[in-house]
Amino acid sequence: MSAHPTTGLLPPKATTSWLAWLKEGLFSSPLNILLTVIVGWILVMAIPAMLDWLIFDADFTSDTAQGCRQAQGACWAFIAEKHRLILFGVYPYDEQWRPLLASVILVGALVCSAVRYFWKPWLPVLWVVALSAVAFLMWGGVLGLTYVPNDRWGGLPVTLILSTFGIAFAFPFGVLLALGRRSHMPAIKSLCVIYIELIRGVPLISLLFMSSVMLPLFLPAGFGIDKLLRAQIAIILFAAAYIAETVRGGLQAIPKGQYEGADSLGLSYWKQTRLIILPQALKVVIPPLVGIFISLFKDTSLVVIIGIFDLTQAAKAAIADAAWRGFSVEAYVFIAVIYFIFCFAISRYSQSLEKHLDTGYRR
Amino acid sequence: MSEAIIRLENVNKWYGQFHVLRDLNLDVAKGERIVICGPSGSGKSTMIRCINRLEEHQQGRIVVDGTELTNDLRHIEAIRRDVGMVFQHFNLFPHLTVLENLTLGPIWVLKKSKAEAEATAMKYLERVRIPDQARKYPGQLSGGQQQRVAIARSLCMSPKIMLFDEPTSALDPEMVKEVLDVMVSLAEESGMTMLCVTHEMGFARKVADRVIFMDRGEIIEQNTPDAFFDNPRHERTQLFLQQILH
Repeated sequence: MSAHPTTGLLPPKATTSWLAWLKEGLFSSPLNILLTVIVGWILVMAIPAMLDWLIFDADFTSDTAQGCRQAQGACWAFIAEKHRLILFGVYPYDEQWRPLLASVILVGALVCSAVRYFWKPWLPVLWVVALSAVAFLMWGGVLGLTYVPNDRWGGLPVTLILSTFGIAFAFPFGVLLALGRRSHMPAIKSLCVIYIELIRGVPLISLLFMSSVMLPLFLPAGFGIDKLLRAQIAIILFAAAYIAETVRGGLQAIPKGQYEGADSLGLSYWKQTRLIILPQALKVVIPPLVGIFISLFKDTSLVVIIGIFDLTQAAKAAIADAAWRGFSVEAYVFIAVIYFIFCFAISRYSQSLEKHLDTGYRR
Repeated sequence: MSEAIIRLENVNKWYGQFHVLRDLNLDVAKGERIVICGPSGSGKSTMIRCINRLEEHQQGRIVVDGTELTNDLRHIEAIRRDVGMVFQHFNLFPHLTVLENLTLGPIWVLKKSKAEAEATAMKYLERVRIPDQARKYPGQLSGGQQQRVAIARSLCMSPKIMLFDEPTSALDPEMVKEVLDVMVSLAEESGMTMLCVTHEMGFARKVADRVIFMDRGEIIEQNTPDAFFDNPRHERTQLFLQQILH
């Protein structure tokens, strides 16, 4: 009470009761009441039907498509039947523990890189080991593993590989492009501007198509680059342009005083960029960068148009099975859940990273 | 005049059409402490920012410690190692702790070991009287504390010359004194060459060997502090002093 001796008023009571919250949050004005009623009605209509389809009327066990069609709801038996095709594509069936293990290693390496404890000088070594293990498992050909050419890779590992390498290479490349675009050297600057504007002016699909169809025409005969690698390069080139523009936004948010402070210490351009400018600029653009990473992860599904067997293409293959026709919704829900798990994890991680890097400095 | 550690000869600079520095000539002797004052827009900040090449002059010569400032990047970086600068807005690096701010230059520019750099940093933090803030981030400090960290950051580079660009004008009034105290003790104890743009006339009287008055890009008058404040010769100086001393 003595905190406010002049007025004697109590501070406003914290509204912790759920009733108060309801009143405050849902019924505070006529418009809010109307919206609450409408949304409530939609939920009442939609949720039971959805639950019926998803769970109560769904068939989890049927062995055949016929049995499954009897059920009113979803046919999860289809997923049970086809999950290995969707997850691993046409990778030899008996060897599918290899892509599974490779995916686990890849995800493990990603998770490790996200944890601060692992931000040590030996983290790159961990990645070299992990990637070697992935390559060894996927290709095989040594130590008694049969050789599997990469046009038989498919499903989740392909999606993970494309997006991991996509981000890993596009990010530094994009940062360099952003720095180049702000360079005082006209040649470098215009080169970067032209690159960024060209790439951003073209849809990813056409880049993939070009890399798949046109590039081989320009290369000397017998000098073939692997299809998967070509798609990978197209994804990297594409994402780098977007990352560059986002990072440039972050660079522009850095006040001139930071450059001057670094200059006055005699730091060279690269040291000042690495130690002072980029750490701050990148922190500012974490949210949009993560947006780019998430869309890159999902955009890898576009490689279906050049016939690479990623998660989406594998799902389409599963649907195409004549014996199990008509369960495309289940297949797409299944891969949507997989995409969602990864994207949501990325998103949550970026939030915690932002909080972690906040040093309480507001300009 | 071979003693001059900083020499400006006929320095001219334009911002577009605007002539900010007009034929500046200035010799600063080693260990000399100079206060530069003048109305806003008079070019005083621009002049000292030319000395470590944060601004480029377009005509004339600037020689710092025997090295002429040209476009040669190695010369610029060499001079910046020897010239410390304290800014109006501190320009601390907000993503680094106070200690990291102080050790960054010594480690990356002077190639000192981390332990050595930290020992030096702590010594200077003692000197500016905030050793207990070493592990905090600049955003957690008051303006006066931040400016003292900025002074310590410059000192950690063991500069031969210190430039102060209105070090107290962004501070709340109650914090001005703590920063000035540090600057006074620095002037009195170290024998460092100091150039300070400020309107703190008490500070000027106390430590300056010479006060320079600039207006419209020119050095109008320079003298010892006592002579400068008590007998300003030039009309514009008199007007300016009237305005700031009330």
